[in-house]
Amino acid sequence: MGRFILRRLGYGLLILVGVNLLTFLLFFTVNTPDDMARLNIGGKRVTQEQIDKWKRERGYDRPLYWNDAEAGTARLTRTVLWERSVSLMALDFGRSDSARSTDIGHEVATRMGVSLQLAVPLFVLQLIASIGFSLLLVFFRHSAIDFWGVVLCVLMLSISALFYIIVGQYLFSRVLKLVPISGFAHGLDALRFLALPVVLSLLARLGGEARLYRAMFLEEIGKDYVRTARAKGLSEQAVLVRHVLRNALIPIITSAGAYLPYVFLGSLVFESFFGIPGLGAFVIEAISGQDFAIVRTMVFLGSLLYIATNVLVDIAYTWVDPRVRLG
Amino acid sequence: MMGLPQLPGAGWRRRTQQPGWLLVAAALTLAGCDNSPHEAGAAASNTLFYSFDERSPRHLDPTASYSNPETAYTFQIYEPPYGYHYLKRPYELVPKSAERVVKPRYLDAQGQALPDDADPARVAESVYDVPVRKGIRYQPHPALAVDDAGRPRYLDLTREQLGTRRSPWDFEHQGTREVVAEDFVYAIKRHATTRIEAPVFGVFSQYVIGLEAYAQTIKSEDARLLAGLPEDARDKPFLDFRRWPLEGATVLDRYTYRIRLKGKYPQWSYWMALPFMAPLPWEADAFYAQPGMNENGLSLDQWPLGTGPYLMREFVRDRLHVMERNPNYRGQPYPCEGTPQDKAAGLLDDCGKTMPFIDRLHVTIEKEEVPRKEKFKQGYFDVPEIERSEWGVKFNSDAEDSDQVRQFFEERGFKFPLMTDISNWYLGFNMLDPVVGVGDTPQRRERNRKLRQAIAIAIDWEEGYERIFKHKGGVAAHSPIPPGLFGSREGQGGFHNPLTHEWVGDGKGGGKAVRRPISVARELLAEAGYPDGRDAQTGKPLVLNYDFQRVLTPEFRSENDWMVKQFAKLGIQLEIRATDFNQYQDKTLSGKHQIFWGGWLADYPDAENFLYLLYGPTSRSVSKGDNYSNYQNPEFDKLYKELQSLEDGPRKQALIDRMVAIVQHDAPWCMGYFPWGGLAFQQWVHNGKPSVLIRDMAQYYRLDVARRVQLLAQWNQPITWPLALLALGALWLAGVAWRSHRRREAATAVRMPAALQGAAALGEDGS
Repeated sequence: MGRFILRRLGYGLLILVGVNLLTFLLFFTVNTPDDMARLNIGGKRVTQEQIDKWKRERGYDRPLYWNDAEAGTARLTRTVLWERSVSLMALDFGRSDSARSTDIGHEVATRMGVSLQLAVPLFVLQLIASIGFSLLLVFFRHSAIDFWGVVLCVLMLSISALFYIIVGQYLFSRVLKLVPISGFAHGLDALRFLALPVVLSLLARLGGEARLYRAMFLEEIGKDYVRTARAKGLSEQAVLVRHVLRNALIPIITSAGAYLPYVFLGSLVFESFFGIPGLGAFVIEAISGQDFAIVRTMVFLGSLLYIATNVLVDIAYTWVDPRVRLG
Repeated sequence: MMGLPQLPGAGWRRRTQQPGWLLVAAALTLAGCDNSPHEAGAAASNTLFYSFDERSPRHLDPTASYSNPETAYTFQIYEPPYGYHYLKRPYELVPKSAERVVKPRYLDAQGQALPDDADPARVAESVYDVPVRKGIRYQPHPALAVDDAGRPRYLDLTREQLGTRRSPWDFEHQGTREVVAEDFVYAIKRHATTRIEAPVFGVFSQYVIGLEAYAQTIKSEDARLLAGLPEDARDKPFLDFRRWPLEGATVLDRYTYRIRLKGKYPQWSYWMALPFMAPLPWEADAFYAQPGMNENGLSLDQWPLGTGPYLMREFVRDRLHVMERNPNYRGQPYPCEGTPQDKAAGLLDDCGKTMPFIDRLHVTIEKEEVPRKEKFKQGYFDVPEIERSEWGVKFNSDAEDSDQVRQFFEERGFKFPLMTDISNWYLGFNMLDPVVGVGDTPQRRERNRKLRQAIAIAIDWEEGYERIFKHKGGVAAHSPIPPGLFGSREGQGGFHNPLTHEWVGDGKGGGKAVRRPISVARELLAEAGYPDGRDAQTGKPLVLNYDFQRVLTPEFRSENDWMVKQFAKLGIQLEIRATDFNQYQDKTLSGKHQIFWGGWLADYPDAENFLYLLYGPTSRSVSKGDNYSNYQNPEFDKLYKELQSLEDGPRKQALIDRMVAIVQHDAPWCMGYFPWGGLAFQQWVHNGKPSVLIRDMAQYYRLDVARRVQLLAQWNQPITWPLALLALGALWLAGVAWRSHRRREAATAVRMPAALQGAAALGEDGS
């Protein structure tokens, strides 16, 4: 397993380099450092001197990819791409391009805590609700409950998350006046603000996930080991929970694993609509403000988390199914 | 020991005892539920609640801050020498940190005094001797803390001593000191900084004697200080501007300083009403330049140091800003004079009372418009945003769209005072463009001018922004100068743009301007060589490009569709070339734009600030200035130069009238409209008066807290019965499921027909 993990981490490093290069290319295809400076300086009377100064202070006065003014390896290393990439790989995220007083590392650490407060309960509840609901449908398969449950799932997955947000805010905050429409607070008070986004986010994803899990469980339920379990007199509940669920865990772990990075990186839509100052909102602000330092950091962290999650998911396979061997 | 026989159902009953407790717990939790976004009891405090959008301010440093959202903070915290009278209109300068508003002395080239009405051409220098109000003290701040021996406590910190402190309030000691003339001079010198952005250095260096050279000195001295340090080093040694004198800004005595300007520049007094000129103690720079400050997010950009009515207590980036009453603020009396309407609106009721009235300003982020509006309607925001003047217009527009909404607003007693903003929106033509521009031959000039004039008539701004897009509407403009400024004749009897409108009298000496009929525009278009929108020579349709500076959202799309229809009245095809702001900037810099949407928010209440947008030497595509039309007219430019040095009076009025007439004739702009500005207040917020220029408004506002508490409780009673209904529904469903399960368990197995067996087997596997 050790060799497997090392190999995967090696691939991960290459992926990180590739993602970093791609982010760089894409960002500077649509923006120039002058654009960034102009937007960030703002105001009415922006002069070229101010733009040049802004770029110089942030290291954008150098060529992006290749520096003809230098000699030897400095042609490559005295460029924006190299300098930015090296610091990123060393996990030195630096300062925000727009607000120089903002330490990106500190912001990420602070905001990740906020995002986790929304995402961790959501992740756990999502798993419980999706698995529970799909098991219920399988338990009542071929009955009216199953039929209407599937109809409900299709309905739920057909509706956009934005619709859930708008209706949820209208119903629970405006009409019933039970929760604040948006905002955030720390400590226990956070519950009041997170209850609605958690419930709505859960509803927005429940339909799709429950339907997927139901299909997985139904696939398992026709197999021989299930028949054997029934034959030895186990109740239907025991068959479903002890045997079917366990054997269907691999696709569930794969599906849940793909969602894990979002747990850390926050939800762009929900954080924005509910005024939750997490990492999702951080990314949106950075994109709208053309803050490349933050954008590349967040893309880098996203890639890092995906790679780590994939390795963890692979390891989890061996725990769930002893027949799986990593090598 | 034998147990008692268990009765059927006893276990179930035991289990139901737990849900019973759960229900009680749920009921208690629900009882504590409400939709308040504030902490419990916050509504009963003397706190003004409002929001900011997008993100936290980038700069709260008075030298660097120059964007509208930042004024909501800087004007509450810093105190420039002057301000504007809160109620009087036209705007009148009043002293703030200065003892009085001073009149400059004028000197000729030999340094001899000139009379006030001297020919501006003879004025070589204007001298402002500004007396500082005595006894003003800075807000508490560790930079000003001293020990018993009078030595600064925190101006010689090491990185280790600073530790993890991330706010000035993390320091044990806070200090203050009196404001002196040196602090104002220091603030002016800071505009020559090499360390931070100084957006008005360009303007200041044109006028303040020696500032340009001073910037060079600072540059070389700073380079010496920074020698050996990387350019992006976080910790930079203290750049002490006191060490180098500036010719145009000097200290006369402890409470008087002198500013010397090149020539005559009456608008300078308005610059003195902006935080760029507010006093700043050198200790602030010395404090924030220490090792680790930058790394810990400690700078003037987050933690300003001022003398104004409020100080920054909490700064949580992109989430929350809390400003509190500055305990060292001396207090100012509420004004006793205003317009007759102010008296009727109760705006003079607090005459003479000491301001500020409010203890705390609590500002939270709200990115989306829907929740922001909703929180205002629920009463949780006292005003939606303090610095933006479109909210009253939006709510008024909502009320006009629906009787139900209007009734709701009236029931809640919301107040939406409106005014005409001193800003404008217009549709401009790039005068370098061969089709709509100035033209390269006399014939072409005339043709192009007629084309522009035809378009100016065809665009019915009254329809568009007085009746359709009311949420961002205003009054159709006849000149570039908004009403309320000296020199503007907008709204005065008989004044109109003779090109686009005609005056229709009412027979009693009054009347109104009516847009000329479209037939006049068609005639002009035909004379321009495009009868029915087709080129008379080639027969090809006339296609013009509209370079819009934003990506088209649904909101902008509807406005652009309307604009296309205005051109279609003449048979002209308008192609919309929507870009993002940066691409738009590139286009205008290279002169590739043709027709564009533009607007201007005044820096100060002077017609000069609007006519500047058409001044030839500030052409966008030639000199990278703010004249996006690239309009050049020698007569206009000559008059503008003279206008710059004139004080309000008959000569200035005559000049403005002539300049307006030139612009109306040449039509580099379709004049567009002057937008309404409006604020939105809850009924318990008093003394709100909309104004674009007055930004220290928070100190004038007063809250009726008891009324707020009473109404919030009344408006926001939680409704819990639908949840109980939902719970009952869930229980019923659980019952149905349970019965279904029991029925299935109790069912007798029957042999299925052979045909159905196959289908059942399939159903087992599939979905």
